[in-house]
Amino acid sequence: MTRRTMIEAIRDAIDVSMERDEKVVVFGEDVGFFGGVFRCTEGLQKKYGTHRCFDTPISETGIVGVAIGMGAYGLRPVAEIQFADYVYPGYDQIVSEAARLRHRSAGDFTAPLVIRMPCGGGIFGGQTHSQSPEALFTHVAGLKTVIPSNPYDAKGLLISAIEDDDPIIFLEPKRLYNGPFNGHHDQPVVPWSKHDLGETPDGHYTVPIGKAAIRREGSALTVLAYGTMVHVALTAAEETGIDAEVIDLRTLVPLDVETIVASVSKTGRCVVVHEATRTSGFGAELAAQVQERCFYHLEAPVLRVTGWDTPYPHAQEWNYFPGPDRVGRALKQAMEG
Amino acid sequence: MDEKPHLSLHVPEPPVRPGQKGDYTHLRFSAPGEVRRPPVDVDPMDIHDLAYKLIRVQDDDGNAVGPWAYSVDPGRLRKGLRAMLKTRAYDARMMKMQRQGQTSFYMQCTGEEAIACGFQASLEKGDMNFPTYRQQGLLIAQDWPLVDMMCQILSNEKDRLKGRQLPVMYSVKDAGFFSISGNLGTQYVQAVGWAMASAIRNDSRIAAAWIGDGSTAESDFHAALVFASVYRPPVVLNVVNNQWAISTNQAMAGGENTTFAARAHGYGIPSLRVDGNDYLAVLAASSWAVERARRNLGPTLIEWVTYRVAPHSTSDDPSKYRPKDDQKAWPLGDPVERLKLHLTKLGEWSEERHVQAKAELEEEVLAAAKEARSHGTLQEGAKTSPAEMFEDVYKEMPPHLREQRQQMGY
Repeated sequence: MTRRTMIEAIRDAIDVSMERDEKVVVFGEDVGFFGGVFRCTEGLQKKYGTHRCFDTPISETGIVGVAIGMGAYGLRPVAEIQFADYVYPGYDQIVSEAARLRHRSAGDFTAPLVIRMPCGGGIFGGQTHSQSPEALFTHVAGLKTVIPSNPYDAKGLLISAIEDDDPIIFLEPKRLYNGPFNGHHDQPVVPWSKHDLGETPDGHYTVPIGKAAIRREGSALTVLAYGTMVHVALTAAEETGIDAEVIDLRTLVPLDVETIVASVSKTGRCVVVHEATRTSGFGAELAAQVQERCFYHLEAPVLRVTGWDTPYPHAQEWNYFPGPDRVGRALKQAMEG
Repeated sequence: MDEKPHLSLHVPEPPVRPGQKGDYTHLRFSAPGEVRRPPVDVDPMDIHDLAYKLIRVQDDDGNAVGPWAYSVDPGRLRKGLRAMLKTRAYDARMMKMQRQGQTSFYMQCTGEEAIACGFQASLEKGDMNFPTYRQQGLLIAQDWPLVDMMCQILSNEKDRLKGRQLPVMYSVKDAGFFSISGNLGTQYVQAVGWAMASAIRNDSRIAAAWIGDGSTAESDFHAALVFASVYRPPVVLNVVNNQWAISTNQAMAGGENTTFAARAHGYGIPSLRVDGNDYLAVLAASSWAVERARRNLGPTLIEWVTYRVAPHSTSDDPSKYRPKDDQKAWPLGDPVERLKLHLTKLGEWSEERHVQAKAELEEEVLAAAKEARSHGTLQEGAKTSPAEMFEDVYKEMPPHLREQRQQMGY
């Protein structure tokens, strides 16, 4: 076991995968010699050579497009999109091509690729370095969408993703790269070295795709969250004293409906939390699932705490970010409802 | 007082519209045999002129002339002619079946047969084409079973794609024929990626990308050329300029100002502009580009100049947007007639053999159609179970799809 930041855990997952399978190749903008703007691929080009870890032109269409071709050839490409906010030029390649290739060719061709991208705000990135576009991927048949909330899961899920035969969108909440973030931006940063989930096994292990984790057991209500908001929700539960059960979804598609239903059936109340904009966000899907499957257990309306339906602002970041106070108010409201 | 001119927008129009007489005098031509043939390891900077010329081998009398003419076994040429005739017979039969309501949609490649049929002859087993929907010749030229192709058109129980894809969007990995998307241009960059993978693995296989004149306007085309330029993978970048993208002339994709072959210059990629209706020129240019790829000399772009004789698809009527006699004005003739003339001149073919071959091939196509129909059509007979639509979305079916399949009643 080694204490790792989320960056180190991600780098280790790629390293372990490249070591085990020479078909794994890694590329993206600034990914090769420099090791990525967040350093997630540092040292890999030196270790595995320029054939397996290299820089690309600034073209997300090209990055995703060639990754599909490589996957069809039989490689296992791991492509980095520098920020999730930049993925849109490659969106057509993801939606129209990667996601449908297996289906439209009836398994004749497949695209086993992983597209990694840092997402989320909290770093004063403004509207072009802060977005959470997960719902744009969960809406697409044929994609799996994964979002870890800690180093242990990041490594285990990324190894699973690289070994998976389907195209995977791997979202990395950048505010969690160096430490768990509880949403109190005015408090000192806690490093992963002081957190249990910073403890990651060396070598190969996997965390299964499609399985949620219960981060806090509770009986009063259920909080559905993922990525950065898992830590914010835990903080809100602690600060309000409400005995919330906090579920870290980890994978959005395929969704672990079983764990959600078991929890809400037990607590009878549910709050959905995400950083992305609200309208047509993934929270709408979660709320719908809960009311369809747990309606007769519900004692209050399902509530959503989300980013506002505005572009992610720069100077007003902390008014936008759904921090522990906003989540805490929703928990109280759900208890009263 | 500073008098500034009023600005105005240039909106390209095709040279002629319905009611006018067909006219292609604006096309840049070269005489047969006129264009030089550089060595395959030429510096791309030294052949910029070739992008503005037109490589032609066959003259009007059926002779092979000039530096691109090379010795081809007449048996190979007869095979090429048969492949083109078979493609034409196949198209005619599929059109008929679409009109009879046995399928929803079809796309012919009439007039463009030489390009796919000739190009395929330069490839080896293991190479991968990333075709558009007008390259059925790639399959037919390698004698891929017509019944298999037709079952896809009919979406019947033997359709290897299980009724999921629009007719003509074949996928045949074993034939080096990548799954056709139906979205335009997207696969150009994937071909580059496939070729990069082959190079990464120190393999010897090469890729061929295909796109039409209209779709070169897509950003995927630019991305493909950038990546091909940067990594120099073994890929042939084919641009089939058949003059028409549904109703818009190639001028609307920028063809008015320059040639599509010249697009490669900004990327330092060598390019050729070739008479796509000249089977001999297709063979010569294909093998030049394929040899470059095979010898690790990198990508080549080829603009194939041809003419889309047929409508874009079964869903449009060309008389609404181009003159009825437009084809008559097309100066590069018909690829079948031209190769027939050349072979006849060589004493390797005759009118009698031609008529006989056509009849045999039409018979073969008809028999295949009969067999394909026996497995069902879009409208009647056996089909893949609707439950199949939930398969292959993912490798393993996740619970939510299992649940939805049950909701559908399967």
